[in-house]
Amino acid sequence: MVADAEAHLDHHEEHPPEPYYSSRISPSILGMYLFIGSEIMLFGAFFTAYFFIRVVNGVTWPSLLSNVPASYPLHLPVYMAAINTCILVTSSFTMHWALSSVKRGNVFGLRAGLLLTFLMGLTFLITQVTEYLRIGFNTSDGAFPTIFFCLTGLHGCHVFVGLTILLFMTVRAFRGHFSPEHHHGVEIGGIYWHFVDLMWILVFATVYII
Amino acid sequence: MRNPFRSEGEMLRFLVAVIVGVALVVLGAWINTWVGVVVAVLAAGALVWWLMQEPVPGTAEPTPRLSSATPAGMHRVLVVAAPGTSSVSVGDRVTDVVVIVPALASKLEAATGAVDDRRAEAEQTALSLTRTLARDGRNVRGEVGADDPVLAVEDALRTFGADEVLVVGDEATAENIRARVAVPVRRA
Repeated sequence: MVADAEAHLDHHEEHPPEPYYSSRISPSILGMYLFIGSEIMLFGAFFTAYFFIRVVNGVTWPSLLSNVPASYPLHLPVYMAAINTCILVTSSFTMHWALSSVKRGNVFGLRAGLLLTFLMGLTFLITQVTEYLRIGFNTSDGAFPTIFFCLTGLHGCHVFVGLTILLFMTVRAFRGHFSPEHHHGVEIGGIYWHFVDLMWILVFATVYII
Repeated sequence: MRNPFRSEGEMLRFLVAVIVGVALVVLGAWINTWVGVVVAVLAAGALVWWLMQEPVPGTAEPTPRLSSATPAGMHRVLVVAAPGTSSVSVGDRVTDVVVIVPALASKLEAATGAVDDRRAEAEQTALSLTRTLARDGRNVRGEVGADDPVLAVEDALRTFGADEVLVVGDEATAENIRARVAVPVRRA
């Protein structure tokens, strides 16, 4: 029995072999490329729908609403969205501060940066939900409201995912899991958070401003 | 080419560039719709140009140089030979040899995946060289490598600890390999 177990252990000392992959691109980077590619296609589909409705119909948003007379047009809460944009952009810089801090071994900077980023992201999401509740129209009111909720809602889902990742990162930071040598989790989470921020810039500019 | 998704720092710079670009488009659109369209095209072009630039000096991580390890009493050589190579001399004291023949496909062939013929050609060369080198009683293994000799060597060194790399090819190829690996590299 012991001999069998030893033979079993010996067998496992030899296997499995070192993973083999081409040095052209590492699996983690390839995974990130595929993920970002799929995200671009997803958002691209919604942006295409938005521009199709807007350009082909040739109607100025938001007077298209079926239940609202043209003499009483609705307005999107642009200023609130602008403040939300500032909050989200600032959160990207606190995220960068967190990563720069951990690279220098500054634990306080890492924890404070991640906590601030999380709180600002949460503020953004809560503000967006509040905006939904007060905006005065719904998806049943026409094509534009539908694409408005789809685009902003899709981005909101990404913020929610980003917040979940940030929560894990923050908890890990407070437990001392990251160091100047090992901070890959903060780096990847940071890339994702900046991507979410970037998509909001495009959504904000196209839906609210232009 | 600059890769914004390579690191958090690059992604932040990309984000700032996009913010600036979008702000200009919004400003142009505020003046006139067609001005906005023109600015959007120009901004997109500028962004593509920016992405085509090399990474900011000092921000990219240094390229790791692959090292290798060999057990005592052995002398291992990694031979990288171009397809069509008929013979190579590795020396008498060599005990283990791995022959790598890169499947040198053109960009079009690589992009379309039409590399079967190139791989077959490389496989024939690897087989032929393996047979020749094995006659003196050495342990010899032949493989088809990536379409870039440098990448092929890097891939091979991950699984084969070599004392030196022997390049059957031009000096430029040997020089490129020297820049990426910490093992001695010489031309055959």
